[in-house]
Amino acid sequence: MLASDDKNSLKRTPLYDLHVSLGGKMVPFAGYDMPVQYPAGVLKEHLHTRTQAGLFDVSHMGQIALRPKSGKVEDAARALERLVPQDIVAIAPGRQRYAQFTNPDGGILDDLMVANFGDHLFLVVNAACKDADEAHLRANLADVCVIDSLSDRALVALQGPKAEAALAKLYAAAPAMKFMDAGPHEVGGIKCFVSRSGYTGEDGFEISVPAVDAERLAKTLLENPDVMPIGLGARDSLRLEAGLCLYGHDIDTATTPVEAALEWSVQKSRRTGGARAGGFPGAEKILAHFDNGASRRRVGLLAQGRAPVREGALLFAGEAGGDPIGQVTSGGFGPSLSAPVAMGYVPTASSALGTKLFAEVRGQRLPLAVAAMPFVKNTYKR
Amino acid sequence: MTTTLYTSDHEWLAIDGDVATVGITDYAQSQLGDVVFVELPKVGRTLKKAEAAAVVESVKAASDVYAPISGEVLETNAELAGEPALVNSDAQGKAWFFKIRIADNNELGGLMDEAAYKAHTA
Repeated sequence: MLASDDKNSLKRTPLYDLHVSLGGKMVPFAGYDMPVQYPAGVLKEHLHTRTQAGLFDVSHMGQIALRPKSGKVEDAARALERLVPQDIVAIAPGRQRYAQFTNPDGGILDDLMVANFGDHLFLVVNAACKDADEAHLRANLADVCVIDSLSDRALVALQGPKAEAALAKLYAAAPAMKFMDAGPHEVGGIKCFVSRSGYTGEDGFEISVPAVDAERLAKTLLENPDVMPIGLGARDSLRLEAGLCLYGHDIDTATTPVEAALEWSVQKSRRTGGARAGGFPGAEKILAHFDNGASRRRVGLLAQGRAPVREGALLFAGEAGGDPIGQVTSGGFGPSLSAPVAMGYVPTASSALGTKLFAEVRGQRLPLAVAAMPFVKNTYKR
Repeated sequence: MTTTLYTSDHEWLAIDGDVATVGITDYAQSQLGDVVFVELPKVGRTLKKAEAAAVVESVKAASDVYAPISGEVLETNAELAGEPALVNSDAQGKAWFFKIRIADNNELGGLMDEAAYKAHTA
């Protein structure tokens, strides 16, 4: 048996006991014992998040502080720009930005959030990558920054149209925050880091809380009848409908940010001709993709039928014969659309909206069309 | 007079003469979660015991349903195409999957009655 499948070797988040008491169905995920769903089920949890508010435990994710030895946050920002193609220097205090760690081949080692907390940077990285990310930061930034792994903190996401009102009961200034605002705030008397962001396409917040206070905060939020606990199953269907990438599936070490259709996340200052162009791992390849285009591209895919087209399904140009032209990297059923949704990589020549393709599912070729993402309109408060 | 039998893979068979109506059990649907798609075998197909006969998909995953016995598919439940959630609300009633002509009565010998199935899922 693999160590990761062994219940005894799984790590628990500070909210483990709460998940069990709420009837969470616990499954191994990225080395943690996590709730995939609660008794309401994936469908209801998904729809509740879109219409009310959902509370997610994402404490398995890595939280890292980059503290500049000079005391100047700009020094930490400049240092981090060695590892990501984003403009980190331009992140204003109290703001957050989406970024990727790239490798020398232009691939993506992980995707992450970077917030400027005034005197240091606060990073949130994927659970499965956090140890490697931390080692990567230590190996490359230790001259400029103290890399502080905040393993004594939990992380919860409160997402959905009722999230603002629910959080405002504990943090009165929550409604004044805009999408991607981030900073230290007291929530219900607890010293937290709050950002207005998430992974569902809905308005909402992510709240980093000291581990010892996590259960108290989660229980207080769940006392609100609008707030329901949501498992990883609905987290996946929500992010898929929102067109958001899942690391290790839609993006990985073999995909560049341009192939992944993440050009929007790379600011002009880091591109060819920009003030700080290049200077990150794989810059030559990534900038070439910007300048000359990439041969393949991540696209949204909508099926014409009812059968879900899942990760791994091969994509074809025609209904019969021919070699595969691409592959589905995420796919399933979108509860809000009440239809199958998928994303995958296709040749750039086949990436125009409306392009008809076929996915092979159980030996049959099912018709799909390239579709705009997000599949469900996002409701961020900009 | 019908007799209902069960497989260890959580299918039920309602036996009426030489025809068996096949579906998945209430226990199976509770484990799968919200069913969003069901793929049924073609009418006229001859199934061999234990081969993949149908697919039931939840939001998260696809699961095969295996032929509990051998025989020819006589009819499939068209209602499931439009309303796959019937599998959750009425797994052992309206949400039958297909009817099969029993090819070999000896294959029924290996199936469980309700009491044995209850013990199996306890």
